[in-house]
Amino acid sequence: MTTKHFAGIEVELNDEGFFVDPAQWSEAMAPELAEAWGIPTPLTDKHWQVLRFMRSEYFEKGTGPTVRKLGKTSGVTVKELYQLFPKGPAKLAAGCAGIPKPRGCV
Amino acid sequence: MTGRPKRLVVLGAGTGGTLAANRIRKHYPVSDLVIDVVDQNNEHVYQPGLLFVPFGLADPEEIVRPRDRQLHSGINYHLSAIRSVDVDANTVLLDDESVLTYDVLLVATGSVLQPEETDGLLGEGWLDTVFTFYDMEGATALAKKLATFDSGRMVINIVDMPIKCPVAPLEFAFLADWYFTERGVRDDITITYITPLDGAFTKPTASATLASLLDEKNIELVTEFNTGEVDGSGRKLVGYDESEIPFDLAVVVPLHGGAAYVEDSPGLGDELGFIPTDNATLQSAVRPNIFVLGDAADVPASKAGSVTHFEGEVLVANIESFLDGQSLEATFDGHANCFIETGFSKALLIDFNYETEPLPGHYPGPIGLPLLKESRLNHLGKLMFQSFYWHGLLPGRDIPGIGTDMPTAGKHPTSV
Ligand SMILES: Cc1cc2nc3c(=O)[nH]c(=O)nc-3n(C[C@H](O)[C@H](O)[C@H](O)COP(=O)(O)OP(=O)(O)OC[C@H]3O[C@@H](n4cnc5c(N)ncnc54)[C@H](O)[C@@H]3O)c2cc1C
Repeated sequence: MTTKHFAGIEVELNDEGFFVDPAQWSEAMAPELAEAWGIPTPLTDKHWQVLRFMRSEYFEKGTGPTVRKLGKTSGVTVKELYQLFPKGPAKLAAGCAGIPKPRGCV
Repeated sequence: MTGRPKRLVVLGAGTGGTLAANRIRKHYPVSDLVIDVVDQNNEHVYQPGLLFVPFGLADPEEIVRPRDRQLHSGINYHLSAIRSVDVDANTVLLDDESVLTYDVLLVATGSVLQPEETDGLLGEGWLDTVFTFYDMEGATALAKKLATFDSGRMVINIVDMPIKCPVAPLEFAFLADWYFTERGVRDDITITYITPLDGAFTKPTASATLASLLDEKNIELVTEFNTGEVDGSGRKLVGYDESEIPFDLAVVVPLHGGAAYVEDSPGLGDELGFIPTDNATLQSAVRPNIFVLGDAADVPASKAGSVTHFEGEVLVANIESFLDGQSLEATFDGHANCFIETGFSKALLIDFNYETEPLPGHYPGPIGLPLLKESRLNHLGKLMFQSFYWHGLLPGRDIPGIGTDMPTAGKHPTSV
């Protein structure tokens, strides 16, 4: 576990860089987080649509959605998701939205 | 029980539906419990056998048996596709227009392949340069193709998770290495394994072992590739990031989802058609009288026959408690146990659960099959499993010495 500052506030991150406590997150941190995760900035409305969706899914279901679920339910297509969050939309968006890594598949 | 008999409806007569119906039938007379089982066809495929078909190591006919013959007497078998479930009315509508009413519903309709969800996958190259071994048609066609494939690049590509038996594509790669070596053409063929995961497998310790095995066998590993399109005539995979991987022959594991009727059954499934299910009790989160077994459940365990088998005992105990009006006490720990064929008559064995990743050691105790290590014994274990499947697992017999929970006795927690 490490601590880092985003928007001037200290937060706890796990070994993979995800928030330990999603309640520590605030919208003001998102631009700095985006840079840390290699997400193209500035964040657009579409980015925000996905980030907000990630958080509401996390608080409702206890885990963030996978890319396939995002593509079916967030209103943003899988292709667009990869443009917004290159490499791994679910992972990057979770990191930027301050929630744990979406429960992977086993 | 007194009064009218209760009704249990089981959706799907594959691995899970068959073993559960058979086990529950033994515990109740027909006058207390009516059991209806529904499936859309009467061909029960031993799916682990599909892996061997492309290499001529299994005869398609050998691995298929009639579904109804695997069910004990006293179970009603309905041969029809399921159209929808009404979770408020406790009814199931079948394609033949009949309606089944239930007191308890068991969903065991597994997962379906969705190749149509990937751009180009079913396009011009399908069954010409692009194949899958995940169903009988694909596996049989691929056998013909492989027999004459002499040179070029073969890619093995997982489009995205979840998939059935996540080790099967790795086994395919290992067997292909063996097969091409036997045919004397291995030096002219490049084998590339392409996965969306960040390693060869989902669990770190096993992933490292499997990656070094790929390397030893000269199989290239490409990780974090997110397939956006399969261009069969242009012979290339195109990633969502626009990167391209050329091929001469592509063996693709298509996207998986829940059975098609789930989408037409309001409230039953999630976005992918899997059923929200309690990890431990296997009761659905949908309604207390709906239970889920096997691949259809959204629990964080592998979609594997071994998982379905270990879940079976817990599920049966909990359905019986539910029928008898008692609380659900049996809990599933996520136990999975997979033989991984590595070619040249050897195999590896991994054993894990929700909490513990696959570890080295021996299974099921200090003296037993070696874990996370290639051996001939494991290969024999894999081959023997087919007979156990038809004669032990489906009829609902227990294996002496093998319990539902993951054993820890023979494992080394710290090494590797
Ligand atoms: C290539 C391959 C290799 C594998 N190797 C292994 C292995 O080595 N070890 C291992 O443990 N597991 C392996 N598996 C996985 C294993 O076969 C499955 O996990 C297991 O069969 C799941 O059981 P189930 O009862 O959930 O689903 P299934 O056995 O798939 O049964 C589902 C049933 O539901 C029926 N159904 C679906 N939709 C409908 C509908 N609308 N109407 C009526 N009926 C419907 C289907 O016809 C089917 O009979 C492998 C799978 C594949 C594809």
